[in-house]
Amino acid sequence: MSDSPSASFLPEHPPVTDWVHDFDHTDPVWTDDPFPIWETLRAASPVVHTERFLGCYMPTTYQAVKEIAYDTEHFSSRRVIVRDVRPEISARAPPITSDPPEHKPAKQVLLPPFTPDAMKRLEPRVRAICNELIDEFIADGHCDAAARYTKHIPVRAIAHMLGIPEKDGDLFIKWIHQILELGIKDENEMMSGVREMTGYFMAHLEQRKLEPGDDLISQLLRAKGPGGQPLTDEHVLGSLRLLLIAGIDTTWSALGSSLWHLAKTPADRERLVAEPSLIPTAIEEFLRAYSPVTMAREVMKETTISGCPVKAGNMVLLSFPAANRDPAMFPDADKVVIDRKENRHAAFGLGIHRCVGSNLARMEMQVAIEEWLKRIPDFRLDPAGKVTWSEGTVRGPRQLPVLFGKNA
Amino acid sequence: MSKLRIRVDQDKCQGHARCKSLAPELFELDEYGNAHEVGDGTVPAGLEDKAWLAQTNCPEIAIEVTEE
Repeated sequence: MSDSPSASFLPEHPPVTDWVHDFDHTDPVWTDDPFPIWETLRAASPVVHTERFLGCYMPTTYQAVKEIAYDTEHFSSRRVIVRDVRPEISARAPPITSDPPEHKPAKQVLLPPFTPDAMKRLEPRVRAICNELIDEFIADGHCDAAARYTKHIPVRAIAHMLGIPEKDGDLFIKWIHQILELGIKDENEMMSGVREMTGYFMAHLEQRKLEPGDDLISQLLRAKGPGGQPLTDEHVLGSLRLLLIAGIDTTWSALGSSLWHLAKTPADRERLVAEPSLIPTAIEEFLRAYSPVTMAREVMKETTISGCPVKAGNMVLLSFPAANRDPAMFPDADKVVIDRKENRHAAFGLGIHRCVGSNLARMEMQVAIEEWLKRIPDFRLDPAGKVTWSEGTVRGPRQLPVLFGKNA
Repeated sequence: MSKLRIRVDQDKCQGHARCKSLAPELFELDEYGNAHEVGDGTVPAGLEDKAWLAQTNCPEIAIEVTEE
């Protein structure tokens, strides 16, 4: 079924009328404002099901999300995106697509380059990137902050880490769009993005073998796998694929949502300008309230989650964003409280698949918000423009027109 | 105030590093970014609030705080 060419031309999804029994995270209503939908689903059951996507569950409470995230026996990570089709698994991206016991060694290799100390060394470059970007539009008094600012910060930071030209970032953005957005419904777009990306990195891999450096690609080539053997090219390519796909539109989204909130909430903006030491706490709250990343699992064996039976063969839409809005876990869950003290949010996942780049994302958000507020303390949404949101697995503003300076 | 002692459960810690960010005096990270309590986990006087802050922000509930 999944290999048939017709899978590439699936029809658009019919609009949802019954969210509880027929949810669809690619529906425009969800894309625009998912929060009331999650409340409806949570009120109905800790786990809901849709026949769409060849059968898919969604845990709606923090507790149910946590149970699934911790249960690697019944839930596999071999597919991490809920899509219309389930093609043969070809392009792996370890460790995100790995289950135990392969997961741990694959993750151990990636952890040291992403510790908070390693991120401190990268911080000056990120600060410079932010200011180079702001220089380009600050005199205009307006900009699309998603297209001119938040998008480029993670792209250039990752490129810098990998030791590849920062200007190649536009390619990365194209591949990510093909894989994460168009790829949900269009197999050809997905495969074309994966192919181009693989070719690009293969060339860099070969070049690093000849001239090793201090960059992350060279580090991965030097790393030893579980048996003390070097990682295979396929493994290194998979991990590079992961860093690119997971490291860019996620942070782009989290940053965009944070600026969107500050653009429309003058009290919070003024407080952070006056009290910059509160920025790290506020960022945790933005991560909770506007978590960008929804993951997926595949049910391997029948089990029960929060009292609800789940059957093998279905996918699971593992919505950390919905978990983070659960009022049973967070008082005033639907309010953004920038000085929230207790905040066990799950924006970077829970359990063994905790985002390997969480320290990078936090550093980028911290620096990008600090530098923006220093230079553009007063800004607001442009009433003549429209904020648009990405569809599917990673949610954040893709158009964010704001006014500042002479227009503020 | 009674003396506090902290301990990071190594089976639960997944390296979110929230504790290190909130209470750098009380936690250290290994080369993989996983957290450990500093020394024997005794919380110096004056840092009790930070110990509780770290405990209540750990997504994996990996930090134990005990009163001695």
